[in-house]
Amino acid sequence: MEKWKKLWSNEKFVGYTFILPNFLGFLLFTSLPVIASLILSFMNWDILNEPEWAGFDNFVNLLGFHRDEGAIVANDAEFWKYLYNTVYMMLIIPVSMVGSLLLALLLNREIKGIVAFRAIYFLPSICAGVAVCLLWKWLLNSNYEIGLINSSIATVASWFGIDPMSVNYPKWLSDPALSKPALMIMSLWSGIGGMNMILYLAALQNVPQELYEAADIDGASSFQKFWKITLPFLSPTTFFITIMSIIGGFQGGFTQAFVMTEGGPAGSTTTIEYYLYNNAYSYFQMGYAAAIAWVIFIIVLILTMINWKFGGKLVHY
Amino acid sequence: MKKQTILNNTIIIICLCAIGIGMLLPLIWMLSTSLKEGNAVNSFPPEWIPNPIKWSNYKDAVEAVPFFRYFMNSVIISVTVTFGQVLTSAMAAYAFSRLNFPGRDTLFFGYLATMIIPGSVTMIPTFILFRSLHLVDTYTALILPGMFSAYGTFMLRQFFMSLPRELEDAAKIDGCTLPMVFWNVILPLSKPGLATLATFTFLGSWNNFMWPLVVTSSELKKVLPLGLMSFQGQYSTQTNLLMAGSLIALIPIILVFLFNQRYFIKGIQMGAVKG
Repeated sequence: MEKWKKLWSNEKFVGYTFILPNFLGFLLFTSLPVIASLILSFMNWDILNEPEWAGFDNFVNLLGFHRDEGAIVANDAEFWKYLYNTVYMMLIIPVSMVGSLLLALLLNREIKGIVAFRAIYFLPSICAGVAVCLLWKWLLNSNYEIGLINSSIATVASWFGIDPMSVNYPKWLSDPALSKPALMIMSLWSGIGGMNMILYLAALQNVPQELYEAADIDGASSFQKFWKITLPFLSPTTFFITIMSIIGGFQGGFTQAFVMTEGGPAGSTTTIEYYLYNNAYSYFQMGYAAAIAWVIFIIVLILTMINWKFGGKLVHY
Repeated sequence: MKKQTILNNTIIIICLCAIGIGMLLPLIWMLSTSLKEGNAVNSFPPEWIPNPIKWSNYKDAVEAVPFFRYFMNSVIISVTVTFGQVLTSAMAAYAFSRLNFPGRDTLFFGYLATMIIPGSVTMIPTFILFRSLHLVDTYTALILPGMFSAYGTFMLRQFFMSLPRELEDAAKIDGCTLPMVFWNVILPLSKPGLATLATFTFLGSWNNFMWPLVVTSSELKKVLPLGLMSFQGQYSTQTNLLMAGSLIALIPIILVFLFNQRYFIKGIQMGAVKG
């Protein structure tokens, strides 16, 4: 009994015992898979047959270029197209951030019941997933009798005495030129009141009130106070949100593509993440998919390093 | 001055209400449609209040596919993952924050470094692992990888570090072993931290789509997001039923969010510290 008690009071023994379950999980589902995926990225494997060593082939096929009748073309033009799609869809990030900041500014005051608004704005961001994608797929339906968005356009048109039948409606998800903007509208809806708004709200509450009081004495306008005090104080948060959103953006777009568009029309909504999924589970090119995953990883790593290096220094006041 | 503040606040509340309604509009439309008769779904101008209200849509939606099964799978998986992740993270966090043993800080640095690894890097080998163990299409494959989290460990460690040590010392003097201190002192004091992690984990697990898609193949193991996909495949024209099903899938996370809101918001702010 005494021995037993001594054992369970020993920090070394208890320390290792308590870490063990987590550590095994960490080993099995993080460390080993990372190493395995790096090795896999240098192989060709269709899961069914024996894997073959491929050297740098996957990376060359993915990122390299070759000469074709004098012109320089990408080995995998699709990858670059999907990378472009992924980056294109990130253009909504600044819009979304400005929106989050505006909402946070509105919410940053002491009015009874303001917490309820915070919860309402946050709601769309927790509903992310298949259910919401199904909802938006239908909202974006181009037939004005089916999709709510075009039906709103039709309603406005009818106010001006225009026959709803004669309007040329945006084809949203079936038009390659509009499919990306359509998905961006959806991500604006789900992101604007989410994490970023909360982070801005927390940052706003940390701005020292004395600065505003001093500015009031100097007769500064509201705009000047915002520009010279609030915004500089928020710059670390802005930087953090920017980097995090870009990191998220490079890994995003899978559920929308899978549920709403199947990556189309004409590949216009396929992101790198969806391309990776297809390579692994539709074409069974495990090695190639692992190479794509590592390219995403390296992009994320560079962005994180930028965040570490400059994140703390970005306070201008 | 006072009068102006009241006026300002009124304007702001009107703005807040307008934005709030705008943001909820898609969800309200979803609710409205889920209660409509089939032939009233597609009409112009849009009908916001269903007439008549057809509650039986929910019954029809649930009966159209093995909905109950999907729902229970989601509940079982999300609850187990949440419970497991909070427990393993809390135990590791206790060791990292309070106990001294060789290699601790190196190991913790290793944990930190892996937090940025994208899920897609580890997903393929993890899938291959489960496949080679013939565990594809099992609850084990759906649950096990979610039970361990470097992020959860990190978050709880930060939380435990902020707790006062006096109570633990007193408990040790009274003859408590370390696991007893963990169970009787640390855990009760950490309820807000544990609730924060639990809320995050539950929502993440409930909404998780890619991993279940990869490791399940049979109807019996489908979780709600996958169930909704097959629902859409079979009843793509019955939007009212589809919306009823989708709404049922959203209700648990909306409830969890509303009950744990303050933890949730705290968690985001704690998470931001890691950057």
